[in-house]
Amino acid sequence: MSNMKRRDFLKATAGVAAGAAAPMIWMKDAHAQQWSNVPEKGAKLRVLRWSRFVQGDIDQYMVNVKKFTDKYGIDVRVDNESWEDVRPKAAVAANTGAGPDIILGTNDDADLYPDKLLDVTDLANYLGKKYGGWYPVCEAYLRPDGKKWIGIPLGAAGSMMVYRESQLKAAGYDSFPKDTDNFLKMMKALKDKGTPGGFALGHATGDANTWCHWLVWAFGGEMVDKSGKVVIDSPETIKALDYSKELYATFIPGTLSWLDPSNNKVFLDGQISVTNNGISIYYAAKNSKDPKVAALAADINHAQYPVGPSGSATAFHLFLNQMIFKYTKYPKAAKEFIRFMMEDEQYGAWMQAGIGYVAQPLAAYAKNPIWTVDPKHTPYRDVLMNMRPAGYDGKLGYASAGALADFIIVDMVAEAASGSKPPKEAAAAAQKRAERYYKV
Amino acid sequence: MHRLLDNRNVLGLLFMLPAGALLIVFLTYPLGLGTWLGFTDAKIGRPGEWIGAENFTYLFGDSVARLSLFNTFFYTFVASILKFALGLWLALLLNKNLPFKAFLRAIVLLPFIVPTALSAIAFWWMYDSQFSVISWTLSKMGIIDRYIDFLGEPWLARFSTIAANVWRGVPFVAITLLAGLQTVPPSLYEAAALDGATEWQKFWHVTLPMLTPIIAVVMTFSVLFTFTDFQLIYVLTRGGPLNATHLMATLSFQRAIPGGALGEGAALATSMVPFLLAAILFSYFGLQRRAWQQGAADK
Repeated sequence: MSNMKRRDFLKATAGVAAGAAAPMIWMKDAHAQQWSNVPEKGAKLRVLRWSRFVQGDIDQYMVNVKKFTDKYGIDVRVDNESWEDVRPKAAVAANTGAGPDIILGTNDDADLYPDKLLDVTDLANYLGKKYGGWYPVCEAYLRPDGKKWIGIPLGAAGSMMVYRESQLKAAGYDSFPKDTDNFLKMMKALKDKGTPGGFALGHATGDANTWCHWLVWAFGGEMVDKSGKVVIDSPETIKALDYSKELYATFIPGTLSWLDPSNNKVFLDGQISVTNNGISIYYAAKNSKDPKVAALAADINHAQYPVGPSGSATAFHLFLNQMIFKYTKYPKAAKEFIRFMMEDEQYGAWMQAGIGYVAQPLAAYAKNPIWTVDPKHTPYRDVLMNMRPAGYDGKLGYASAGALADFIIVDMVAEAASGSKPPKEAAAAAQKRAERYYKV
Repeated sequence: MHRLLDNRNVLGLLFMLPAGALLIVFLTYPLGLGTWLGFTDAKIGRPGEWIGAENFTYLFGDSVARLSLFNTFFYTFVASILKFALGLWLALLLNKNLPFKAFLRAIVLLPFIVPTALSAIAFWWMYDSQFSVISWTLSKMGIIDRYIDFLGEPWLARFSTIAANVWRGVPFVAITLLAGLQTVPPSLYEAAALDGATEWQKFWHVTLPMLTPIIAVVMTFSVLFTFTDFQLIYVLTRGGPLNATHLMATLSFQRAIPGGALGEGAALATSMVPFLLAAILFSYFGLQRRAWQQGAADK
């Protein structure tokens, strides 16, 4: 990459980078950010990644892989697995010390076996300095001790508010409300108009977890405090649950049984006006052969989650990482591969091909044209900026992974919202369940 | 060497070796490993230390684990009874001289042949809170004014999953019992007819006692399958709503794999073994007692 280009980024990202990296250091080091790493001779790599959410993702990923192979003469085999199956496979690889050299995992995977992962601090520093710094949430996931990077962030599959412009207008809203009070008012108005919204409350790993965590955080609740003490049973959480009851009353019936695909189906069928989702609903509409569904695309828009009494914009998304396992015979080739894939020429093209499904972890990539080519993409640009990990505000590891997998937050919100338990009891039950995980 | 191979015992042992090896590698070892893991604090990606029965006491105090135990029993109990009743009824019908007998018998097996994951997806659509064909039909007929939330209400969800399980399990029971029915010698029915027995008496005093051994076997299998059901729940509800349909198998998976608590998940799975053993013992020592079958008193 030429110096000229680097300077462009520098200019472009000066604003965004504040808070993530120290731009001053980075200026000083502008010439020191040379990356010197020579892959092992005769290296071969195996990569295991989650299977694509959108076709463009895997197509471009493989183009980049081929570019890498052509440039370095290193063969790379890429296997795909459904994202929820990558976790057990990665864990087995970590456990047995054999398997793919690189695994593209999700959420707190890396925090489950930090000792089994190759230290990639040099690479993280190089990329961070070159591309405007990593968003803070990346460090929570992949720099658990504040010093060593155990993986390289890939980005996050964002979940945002997806809504129908015409139906919001009919209910008296020209834009999506920015705070929780107005959001509730809007949901009530939408219900009165016969065009309710709906959010998943079943065991939907993606959709239910994302919005339920947002809800609790928006009111200032959190699973654990900094010291790892469970504090979910708090007045703030109970306020969030009281709110969820009112919100649930405005939902379309049946959300308690919704799994991940449910809201997509219902939204595309025109039955709901608001839900939370990745950019996939919009793309399904845009690419639909059914003219009725295709017509929806013009009416769909996206928005950030409203800000609650806690005052800070927060959200939970599916975090994506890249881990190199210590057992690899070719650590240098593996690092080189990740570096190559994260450089602007590759990563930028990959982001565009992925139509905004995955948002960047590096501030400089916020300038990628994919976010502005269609203004409806823009809300997904800032996914990592406001993101928190599920085990907020504690350390990530087995406890946070277990609590998330056990749907503690989702069950709590579902119990309170549906009225099957009063908010106080729901919060107390969640506290008890979470304490079991955080005891260890 | 020759003499050794001529020895019947040695030869027998040799012939049994492949089967034995298969059983040990694919059955005994995983079962043993699973049981051992249940007594450790193994996490995914981290080998465990022996912690005795801590996982089990921990699970006992866990409201979700207890709920899953209840769900599993309820699910198994209700579904097994329904499968038995419907299966027997279907077998009796199929045993009659119906037109297109072979065709009908083949059709009955369909639910059993379709992969569970596929039929579960079909049920998922039928139970969908917005797209359910059942709700649609009922509302078109004017019977309901609001779509039924089959998988959203805890009790409704339990019964809905049971119905799907029964639909899938009935053919197995029916076809096996049908095979049993055909082994009942016609002479017994003739003798009963000569004695002036009614249809009901024939069924009660001839068919049922003759069927008991096969009932014992088929119901043991049926209970085992139901107790360890996983796919159906995983596709339909993932254990929701509010954990109302979490079975021990699904909870064990959720805790062990996505949750990373391998030891705890293994303990939960191991906890199922005593119940399964009890079911097997019940069928062997209870239902298969010859004397009882032949109408004599127990000794």
